[in-house]
Parts: sequence; structure tokens; C-alpha cells
Amino acid sequence: MPVIINRDKCTGCEECIASCPVSAIEMKDGKAFINEYCEACMTCLNVCPEGAIVEVQKEAPDGADLKAYKGVWIFAEQRGGKISSIAYELLGIGRKLADDRGTNLSAVLFGATEAAAGELIKWGADRVYLCQDQILSQFNDEPYSQLLISLINRHKPEIVLAGATPIGRSFIPRVAAKIRTGLTADCTSLQIDKETGNLLQIRPAFGGNIMATILCPNNRPQMATVRPRVMKRGEYDENRNGEIVTIGADGLSCRTKVLETVKEVSDIAVNLQEANIIVSGGRGLGDPKGFSLVQELAELLGGAVGSSRAAVDAGWIPHRHQVGQTGKTVCPTIYIACGISGAVQHLVGMQSSDIIIAINKNPDAPIFNVATFGIVGDLYEVLPLLIKKLKEAKGI
Amino acid sequence: MNIVVCVKQVPDTAEVKINPETGTLIREGVPSIINPFDLHAIEAGLFLKEKTGGKVAVLTMGPPQAEAALREAIAMGADEGVLLSDRAFAGSDTWATSFTLSKAISKLGADIIICGKQAIDGDTAQVGPETAEFLNIPHISYVRKIEDVADTSIRVHRIMDEGYDIVESALPVLLTVVRELNEPRLPSLKGKMAAKKAVIQKWGQADIVADENDVGLKGSPTQVKNVFAPEARSDRKILQGTPEEQVDALMQELRGIKCL
Repeated sequence: MPVIINRDKCTGCEECIASCPVSAIEMKDGKAFINEYCEACMTCLNVCPEGAIVEVQKEAPDGADLKAYKGVWIFAEQRGGKISSIAYELLGIGRKLADDRGTNLSAVLFGATEAAAGELIKWGADRVYLCQDQILSQFNDEPYSQLLISLINRHKPEIVLAGATPIGRSFIPRVAAKIRTGLTADCTSLQIDKETGNLLQIRPAFGGNIMATILCPNNRPQMATVRPRVMKRGEYDENRNGEIVTIGADGLSCRTKVLETVKEVSDIAVNLQEANIIVSGGRGLGDPKGFSLVQELAELLGGAVGSSRAAVDAGWIPHRHQVGQTGKTVCPTIYIACGISGAVQHLVGMQSSDIIIAINKNPDAPIFNVATFGIVGDLYEVLPLLIKKLKEAKGI
Repeated sequence: MNIVVCVKQVPDTAEVKINPETGTLIREGVPSIINPFDLHAIEAGLFLKEKTGGKVAVLTMGPPQAEAALREAIAMGADEGVLLSDRAFAGSDTWATSFTLSKAISKLGADIIICGKQAIDGDTAQVGPETAEFLNIPHISYVRKIEDVADTSIRVHRIMDEGYDIVESALPVLLTVVRELNEPRLPSLKGKMAAKKAVIQKWGQADIVADENDVGLKGSPTQVKNVFAPEARSDRKILQGTPEEQVDALMQELRGIKCL
């Protein structure tokens, strides 16, 4: 087991049992016992009042030469030759990690032009590995993963980041599987551990109910996909110099074929992600009619309507309005949360907003932890007042 | 056509709450369910079986209790269930989980493997693609429509950022599927009877001939360092007073930072 119980210290208080999200702790002969349900989440370590639950330290595999791996890489994805916005966000966080590690930053670009590669340098890359071959212009998992695997094996980067997008989340796992290294999905924060130099990969866990820090201590590269619209873009510098390394596509194979690419963007998805102001409603609205107030406020402010998962699950509003872990990630100038308690799965979708205004009855609601301005009160009193005063201010 | 559907038994994370004082999860009373995306994978497997003939095997890795998930799938219409359960599998991250599943799938033999796009407890969406890599077969993620299936190929729609792609793949292939794909059927009475009688195969590390360094904690490159509840923002202001005063204070603040 990844976690063991010191039977001498265990008092049989059963505190740990309720803390375990996967029911991996049971009582045997009056002492706690960890069964095969254990997913090594380490939650119980902090819960035990006796410190009787300890982590089993894993030894580094023999012959692993971690120091041979140097440099930070980001995978810059493109669709139809146009570099996706996630690439610039990855250059932002990648630059920071590379500077913290005192190393350089490279971007990997498939199926685009040298001009596009030049843009990546201006946005912060020291080097771009560019493959212009036609086989990579459309996204297919196999050639993408084969080429990235061979590049990683040849150049040995210590960190590889990609977007947590349909493309990145689809083919990057193949790369990690083949290279035999760890991959952390959908990270919302990345930092270098000052003591060990390891990459601290922070992401929501357990359906977004809590945050977890993931490590990949004994394998390289350390790989992560990064949630779009969470990281800030890097600095653009027209005069930045870098190197473009052109690579071939010899030996790549592909058993899938893209027959057609169909564009289909729902207006609401676009509105939500591009809106400067979002007014969102949650379970606290009490019933679907509450959304008419939310809608009125949003219209008054020229903003879009969002919602929490609870409101969608209750059938009050369609899923395309949902903000959070399994909905959209947004970062407007102002986010107004009405009757939203603020589960982690919601927070990860909106906490990069510049200003967060929370209106909730419950003063202990976690939404107030991320709020710039909080109003503890009944939204059916507060919202009509706010609408009235905004109208007055606007002279309507 | 041999179809293998991979499922996971998960805690219903929508029911999980956080203890605000300790920052830990409150697991008590949270039911175990089949990962909701996997219900759509099972439905897709049954759909393909009805179209092409053959059989649907359901595969899961988990503790002995996970057998319940397999019986539920059989009640929906799956033909057999295989439970990968061994203390050696504990602590598996996505690498070790995928490796273990791939060994079992090789043993079963499959033309089409179907997984839900992700599990609601981990939300990684990595096990499907990693399993395909270990099996050295193609995969297509985020499938929302199966357009056509033939003896040697399949044509599907996969979701992309700005729409979807129509993709054709050679068989064998692994698909990960989203909720839009279909509406999972409910178990039939006949299915429930079959599920009761079904003999679930149970395989451990020795049955799938896996090295101990490739499974469970030893086979997992990632480690969880800690879990925590997000910290409060330092610059927050809770606006006090009557609703009228609170709203006035908010208007004042927004004017101050030129947001109005």
C-alpha cells in the first residue's frame, strides 16, 4: 500500500474512515486498516490525530539519470495553420518555470509555417522545433505522438507542457505512456519546488471538490496538461531572438484519417468566454425563475449569463451556460456569483476573473474566499436593489 | 466483433462535501456508482453489438466491491464481466491503470474498446489514450457520434475546440465517448436475472502476467504530495449593513475602481 498505518500509534478513533474519499480504510481488530481501494490521495495523513498514518516512500528506479534532462518544453497546437491561444498561455507559464530553473524554453510546433514559429519566439520561446510536413496539418493522435516521443527521447527536456484541450488531452497521454513517465491532467497552477527542483503540479481533484499537488519525482520529463484561460500570456517582444530547428517527419505512421472538419460554435459558449461581465446563478436561486433576475442584471451590464453545475443539474438552465470544471473556464473583468456556494469545481472555472462579486445567504460559503466583494444576504432582496440602482446610475 | 467496455466504479462526487474546518472531504453516505460517462460507453458497446453481432465484455479494475458495477453492466445487456482486483494494483495512477487494463484487454482480445471520456473522480481523461498506446492501436477521443462501422474500419465524429472532426479509423481501435453520443438504456428484467446468475471472472497480477514494477504504486510515476482546500483571497471585502447599504457600498467600490 502507498500509505500504511502504524498499529502501535493507532488508537482506533475512526477519524480517518470518514475522511477517505474512496472508502479504503476499514477497522480490523480495533485498528485502522488500508484496503486495495486506496488511491494514494494522502487525505488521511492530515486527519489522523495521532500521526499514525504514514506514506511509504518510493525509491528512485536504478539507473535513472534525472540530471540528463534539461529545459522546459511547451507543445504549441494549431488548427488550420493558426496557433491556438493556449500556446501563448503555455509560453507565459513555461517562460516563468524555465527562468526559475535557470534553463531555456522551447516550443514544439507541428504542421505550421516558419512565420508562425517566429511568433512563438516573440512570445517567449528560445527555440522552436518545427515540423512542416503535411501529415501533421490535420490532427491525428498517432503521428503527433510518435514525433513528440522521438523528439523527447532525443533532446531530453525536464518538463513538457501541453494544453488541456481536445488535442492535448487526447495525444499527450500516449506520449507519457510510451516514455514511461507521469502526466498530470488539467493543471491550474504550476510551480517549481525550491528545495528539490521538482515541478509542483496543482489541479482540482475528486470531481473538483478539493485541490491536489501532484509530483513526478523519479521519472523525466515531468509532463502536464494545462487548463486553458488560467495562465497569463507571456510578454510579447518584437525584437526577441531565437532558433528555429526544422525537423522531418520520416517514419511516421497513421491509422486514422480526418475526412472533414466541421466548424460549429454555439453563440453562448463564445459569449461566455469572451464576455467582460458574467452574472451567474446557482442553487441558491431556489427555482428556475430566479434566472430572470440574473438575466436582467446581465443584460443591464451588457454581460453574459453563467451558471453553476447545481443549477444545470437541477434542469434550470442548459449545460452550455455552465462555468467550472466540467463547463467553461472564464476570466471576465467582473464575475457576479448569485446563490453559488463555490465548490472547487466551480471556482476552477472562474477564479482568474479580475473582480468577483459574491451574493450568498450563507456567510461560510466558500465563494466568499475568492470574492473581491462579498454580500451576505438574500439575493431576492439584493439583486432587485442592485438592478434598480444601476438603472438609476444609467439614467434608465 | 469483440467489444470490450472499460468501466470504473466511482464515488458520486456530486454528493461529496468539504468539511470547512479541516479542509477534508466528507465521504460518509456518498454512494458508489458506475462512472456516468461509462454508462454511455456501455450503451455504445451494446449498440455496436446489435449492429455487427459479437459480444460485449465489461472490464473494471478495483476492489472486490467493484463487481457490482460489472453486474449492473450485464443487467444492461453486456455478455460477460472481468474484474481486475489485486492488492498489487493499489495506488495506481493513470500510467499503471492503463498498463494493467491493456494487459487484460490483450488477454480478452478486442476489435473495439470503448471507455467513457473520463472518470468523474479523477477527471484526467488519460486512461483511454494511454491504454491504446500500450496496445499499439489507434484511438479517437471525445466521440459524440458513431456514423458507420464495418469489419475493418469505423467512422465517428470527435469533438474539437471549434466544432467536430469526422474521423475514420482502422480496427482495432479504442474510443472514448461523451454523454451526447447516446442515452444509456435501463436494465431489463431479463438482464437483471442474467446479472444475478453471471459468473464474474476475477484476474490478479499473475493472471495478466504483469511485472510487479509496472502495476500499482510501483508502476505509478506520479505521486500525490498533498490535498488542500483553496485559500481565501487576501484583498476581499465583505460589505456590511442592510441590503440597501450593501448595494450602495458595492456601487461605491465599483465606481472607485472605474468599473461603472
